[in-house]
Amino acid sequence: MITGHVWKFGDDINTDLMLPGPLLTASEEEQRRAVFSANRPGWVDEVRPRDILIGGRNFGTGSSRPAARSLRNLGLGALIAESINGLFFRNAVSFGFVAFECRGIHAAFEEGQTAEISIESWTVRNRESGALLPISPVPEQLLSLMISGGIYPLLETQGLIAPKAAS
Amino acid sequence: MGMTIIEKILARASGAAKLAPGDLAVVDVDLSVLIDLSFSRGSWREVLKVHNPEKVVVVFDHDVPASNRETAAMHVRGRDFVRRFGIRRFHDVGPDQGISHVVVAENAYCLPGTVMACSDSHTCSAGALNCAARGLGAPDLLYAVTTGKTWFRIGETVRYDLEGQLGEGVSTKDVFLHIAGTYGDHANQNVEFGGAALPYLSIDARRTLTTMGAELSAEFATFEPDEVLIDYVKARSPAPFEPQYPDADAVYVARRAIDLSTLSPMVALPDRVIRNTVPVEEAAGEPIQQAFIGSCANGTLDDLAEAARVLKGRHVAPGVRLLVTPGSQRIAAAAAKAGYLQTLLDAGAVVTPATCGACYGGHMGVLGPGETCITASTRNFKGRMGDATARIYMASPATVAASAVAGWITHPGSL
Repeated sequence: MITGHVWKFGDDINTDLMLPGPLLTASEEEQRRAVFSANRPGWVDEVRPRDILIGGRNFGTGSSRPAARSLRNLGLGALIAESINGLFFRNAVSFGFVAFECRGIHAAFEEGQTAEISIESWTVRNRESGALLPISPVPEQLLSLMISGGIYPLLETQGLIAPKAAS
Repeated sequence: MGMTIIEKILARASGAAKLAPGDLAVVDVDLSVLIDLSFSRGSWREVLKVHNPEKVVVVFDHDVPASNRETAAMHVRGRDFVRRFGIRRFHDVGPDQGISHVVVAENAYCLPGTVMACSDSHTCSAGALNCAARGLGAPDLLYAVTTGKTWFRIGETVRYDLEGQLGEGVSTKDVFLHIAGTYGDHANQNVEFGGAALPYLSIDARRTLTTMGAELSAEFATFEPDEVLIDYVKARSPAPFEPQYPDADAVYVARRAIDLSTLSPMVALPDRVIRNTVPVEEAAGEPIQQAFIGSCANGTLDDLAEAARVLKGRHVAPGVRLLVTPGSQRIAAAAAKAGYLQTLLDAGAVVTPATCGACYGGHMGVLGPGETCITASTRNFKGRMGDATARIYMASPATVAASAVAGWITHPGSL
């Protein structure tokens, strides 16, 4: 069960908002600090570990950049959106950030409410209102990558890439 | 039932007899393209084994020549990788420099009927060459480089049948703006282009459309192969290839005909393109400080020719900066030979080296607070090209060039 405080964002939230172009070569910490700096300045100071982000349609439209990693590095427990951009979803899987699609999620929550996500039953429940919605299941192979830290640990285990150097 | 182009390419690459929407396919990757950003300190991990160096291409493009010490160090890491694994096809700063998607097309590295991976969202560009090309994330790409494989979820396909011919001053950028405005996003869907208009559309023109497939949030964007494509590839590569045509009974989630002769110049209003485009006339008169023509979508020789046609004998308005960034140094050289560059320079344009540059707000044309830009590039997201208060309109090279002359957004036919 993933339980957390809900933050709401709208439709077509793009990757430039999560990771501005000038910071593409910056450190992960600098990138984490810049999330939503153009559309919601100060939010990175309000969000707490295990909080849950709720998005609208086509969340993460835009670039290949590791925006999902920045959301993971903020400590977010999960993203649930009406729909997730295909490339952003790939990055969520491969950087180990939990991201699910759920039709009706945006209308079912107010910001500040608490969401309870169950992967066992593929549902999300609004603790305050009691509303229960089905989540679109993620194929087993992708889910296992997503919840086990993504591709880098896998490639390290297989001896294909070196362990991350201390920075 | 039959398969669409993408289903056929991916079925072959995965060893499956048939693929259909909803399937998860693990496929052999024919070409992995690493860009300079692949070697950024955040994304790069030291590679210990490359599956097949002959299936890897390295192209430095986002920050070339290096504009700061951080990216210079990134380039050093990239050159070390190229040396260590003996990567033969490497495009460093120099005469072969260019934006990866442009370089990949002009060398026909992406062969029809094959699968290509690159960690840039506009990788779908190579769909113009009948290639299943998709932008992946950095970890995905390292997986492809080290194991030779990646995965795709098979989406439904929307087929566009392009008919008729584009009028003067109208380009495939306007076709994209029409599609984005009329039909919205194509998230988790593939886009397939074909139709009677193909003989009239150059590979450059097709690449503009497939590149902008990323802005439709499409999984893949591909063109049906034809004689124009086969001649283009054969002129650039001796390698054998097998183009993939859709089956006659392929299943599409929608099939839409577009008569190109009915289209007119369009513009996307700031911050998003999806359902946010209007005929240029509706935005006309909006004052601009910067005009940009470039990127993987609009830095082609066709685009520079069109800009030169509009700018011939005219001059950029006072207070406006017109920046032109060719998609590759090879295109820059061809544009010089054809006289286009002289025309652009005479008109007051600043022509930069080939790079992604201003398109992603990286360098050579970053916008300041409160500025307005009209751009022929890939994206108009808030903050994309610089300050978050800057406003970015997006249009074709002809509309951008005409607006630079006027000093405000204007229809290319109005000069």
